[in-house]
Amino acid sequence: MAKFAPYVGRLEKTWHYTYLTICGLVFLYLILPIIMIVPLSFNAEPYFTFTEGMLAFDPEAYSTRWYQDFFTSQSWLHSIKNSFIIAIAATFLATSLGTLAALGLSRPHMPGRELVMSILISPMIVPLIISGAAMFFFYSQINLAQTHLGVILAHTALGTPFVVITVTATLVGFDRSLIRAANNLGADDRVVFFRIILPLISPGVISGALFAFITSFDEVVIVLFLAGYEQRTIPLEMWSGIREQISPTILAVATMLVTLSVILLATLEILRRRSEAHRGMAPT
Amino acid sequence: MAQADITQDAGAETRLDKLTTADGTPLKASIRRAMRRNKLLAFGLAAPLLFFIVFSFLMPIFDMASRSVENHQIPEALPRTVEALEGWNGQEVPGEQAFKALALDIQEGQRTRTIGQAATRLNYQESGMRSLIMGTARRADQLEPPYKEALIEINDDWADLSVWRLIERESGYYTASYYLNAIDLTYSDTGEIVSQPEYRQIYVMLFIRTLWMSALITGLALLLGFPVAHLLATLPARHANLLMILVLLPFWTSLLVRTTTWIVVLQTEGVLNDMMVWLGVISDEGRLQMIYNQIGTIVAMTQILLPFMILPLYSVMKGISPSYMRAAKSLGARPPVAFWRVYVPQTIPGMGAGGILVFILAIGYYITPALVGGQSGQLISNYIAYHMQQSLNWGLAAAIGTLLLAGVLILYATYNRIVGIDNMKLG
Repeated sequence: MAKFAPYVGRLEKTWHYTYLTICGLVFLYLILPIIMIVPLSFNAEPYFTFTEGMLAFDPEAYSTRWYQDFFTSQSWLHSIKNSFIIAIAATFLATSLGTLAALGLSRPHMPGRELVMSILISPMIVPLIISGAAMFFFYSQINLAQTHLGVILAHTALGTPFVVITVTATLVGFDRSLIRAANNLGADDRVVFFRIILPLISPGVISGALFAFITSFDEVVIVLFLAGYEQRTIPLEMWSGIREQISPTILAVATMLVTLSVILLATLEILRRRSEAHRGMAPT
Repeated sequence: MAQADITQDAGAETRLDKLTTADGTPLKASIRRAMRRNKLLAFGLAAPLLFFIVFSFLMPIFDMASRSVENHQIPEALPRTVEALEGWNGQEVPGEQAFKALALDIQEGQRTRTIGQAATRLNYQESGMRSLIMGTARRADQLEPPYKEALIEINDDWADLSVWRLIERESGYYTASYYLNAIDLTYSDTGEIVSQPEYRQIYVMLFIRTLWMSALITGLALLLGFPVAHLLATLPARHANLLMILVLLPFWTSLLVRTTTWIVVLQTEGVLNDMMVWLGVISDEGRLQMIYNQIGTIVAMTQILLPFMILPLYSVMKGISPSYMRAAKSLGARPPVAFWRVYVPQTIPGMGAGGILVFILAIGYYITPALVGGQSGQLISNYIAYHMQQSLNWGLAAAIGTLLLAGVLILYATYNRIVGIDNMKLG
C-alpha cells in the first residue's frame, strides 16, 4: 500500500512503517479481546483460556454446552425476556418523546433553546452512579422502585438524549419549504408529519432508536439500584455472574451480545448510506 | 424572510404601522400573533419530553442533593431534648431539665420505634453513639426521676460533655457534616472543623486517585488514538471504512462484555499469562498479576474509552486539508517540523473534545473498576455504591455524589464551550 515519492528518504520510510505498526497494535488492542471470546465460548472445558485441544483444532475440544446451558437456564431466560421488554418499551417511549422534542427544538423561534437543550441532554452527562443513586431515592418514595415501570422510565430518560441529538442532526438539512408546499397542496398537519417529515427524518429517528435500545439493553448501574428480583436483566445477570462465580456461560452470552452489536452496527451503516443518498451526497 | 426585513428596518416603522393585512388587522399585530403561535407550537412539541425529564431525572437529582444536607432524624426523634438544649452554654453537662427531656424522648422513641434512626444518624458522626442510645432505649421503661442520675447509671457516657455537644450540634433540620465527612473533615469536641483521624481519611485520597487515573487514561487514549485517527482520516475512503469497523464494533459492544473480555485476557490463568509462559517470557510460577489492581482498571478503561477519543479526533482530522502539510514541506519544513507546527495545532479542537469527553466518562466510571479494579483500582463512584448498598450511609453517598456531579458539570460546561453539544457526533 505504500507508494513513496522518489524523494522520500530511508528514515521517512522507516518511520512510516513504524507508524503503521503502531496503528496495527492499537487496532489489535481494540478488537482482539472481543474476537477472542468467540472461540472461547465454544470451549468444552470450564476454563477461560485456550486448551491444547482448541489450539490443535481438535473438534472434541469444542462444544456448544455453554449455549445449551444458557437456553436451559430459567434465570438467564427470565432475564433475557426482561431485557427485551424493558429495552423495547424504553426505546418506544424515548423515540416518540425525543423525536417530538427534536422537531420543536429545530423550529425557528424556539424559546429558551439552549436551556431546554441542556436539560434534555443532562441524563447523558450525569455519571450513571449518580443517576442510579438519585433515582433509587426518588423512585422508592413514589413506589416505582422494583417495578418494571420504574426501570422503563429510568431507561427512557437515559435514551432520549441520543434520539434528540440524532434527529436534530437530521433536521439540520431539512428543507422547510417542503412543509409549506405540502400545506399549499392541501395537506393538514397530520398528513404533513406522517407523509413528508417522518420519511425524510427516518434515518435519524431509527439510529436514535438504536442508540436508545442499546443504551437500555446494555445498562446495568441503574438496574442494579432499581430492579428487584423480578426485573433482573441480562447485564445484571452477567454482573452478578462475574462477581460470584464466573462460568463460561457468560462467554456464550457475551458472544451473542457481540453478534447483536454487529447487526446493529450494520443497520446503522446502511441507514447512513441511505441518508446520504437521500440528500444527494455521494456514498463514501 | 420579508417579515424580518420589515421589522428590523427602523426607518420603516412608521410605514409598518399603517400596513394592514387583508382582513384589516395591523400587520405588526398579525406578525406578533404569528410569532407567538410559532413559539408556542415549538415549545409545545418539546414540552412532553421536558416535563418527563424534569420528573423522571432532574427531580431525583435534586432530591439526592437535598439528602446530602438533610438532618430531620434528630429534631424529629429528640424534639424535647433539642428544645431543652436551646440556649445551653455548652461549657458543662446540662442539668436535670435536659436529662428529663432526653429520657422522655427516648421512652417515646422506643415505643414508636423511631429512636433507631436518630441513633444511626448520630453514629455516623461518632461511633459508639448507636450503642449508647439503643442500650439506654432498651432500659427506658425503668427510667425514673431524677433522670440525670438514672441515665448516668445506665451508661456513664451520658455524663460526657462531648455527647451533649454532638446532639446540640446536630439538632437542626440541616447539617453540613456529610459534606465535611466527604472531604475528610469533621467537628472536634468543641465544635471546630478539624481533619478526620488519620485512619478515617479516605475520600480526599480517592478523589485525587480518581482524578489522576482519569487523567492517565485520557492521556493514554490520546496517545493511542491520535495515530489511529490520523490513519483513518488520511487513508482512501474504502480502506478507512473497513478499519473504522474495528473502532465502531467495540464502541457498540456491551460494556459488561468488554469488561469480561479483559478478565479473560488478564487474569493469572488468563490468555495473556498463558501466552507469555508458553513463549518463555515468564515462568509458570512467575505469572503476572495484571488484574484486580490499578493496572487492570487502567488497561480495561483505556480500551473501553478509546473510541470516544478516536471519533472526535477523526472528524476534526478529516476536515484538515492535506495542502497545508504540502505547503509547509515545500517551504522547507522537515516532516517532523511540519507535522508538529502545522498539523498538530489544527487538531487541537479534536484533542480537546475527545479529551474532555473521555475524562468526564472516566471520573464517573463504576462498573469496570468494580469488576477488575481490586482494592487499589477503586474510584470514587465505587464508594458511592458502597455507601448506598452496604454501609447505608445515604447522606454521605449523596454528599460525595453531589461533589462528583458538580465536578462533572463544570467539565461539561467547558466541553460545551469548546465543541458545543449540537456538534456532538454519534457513531
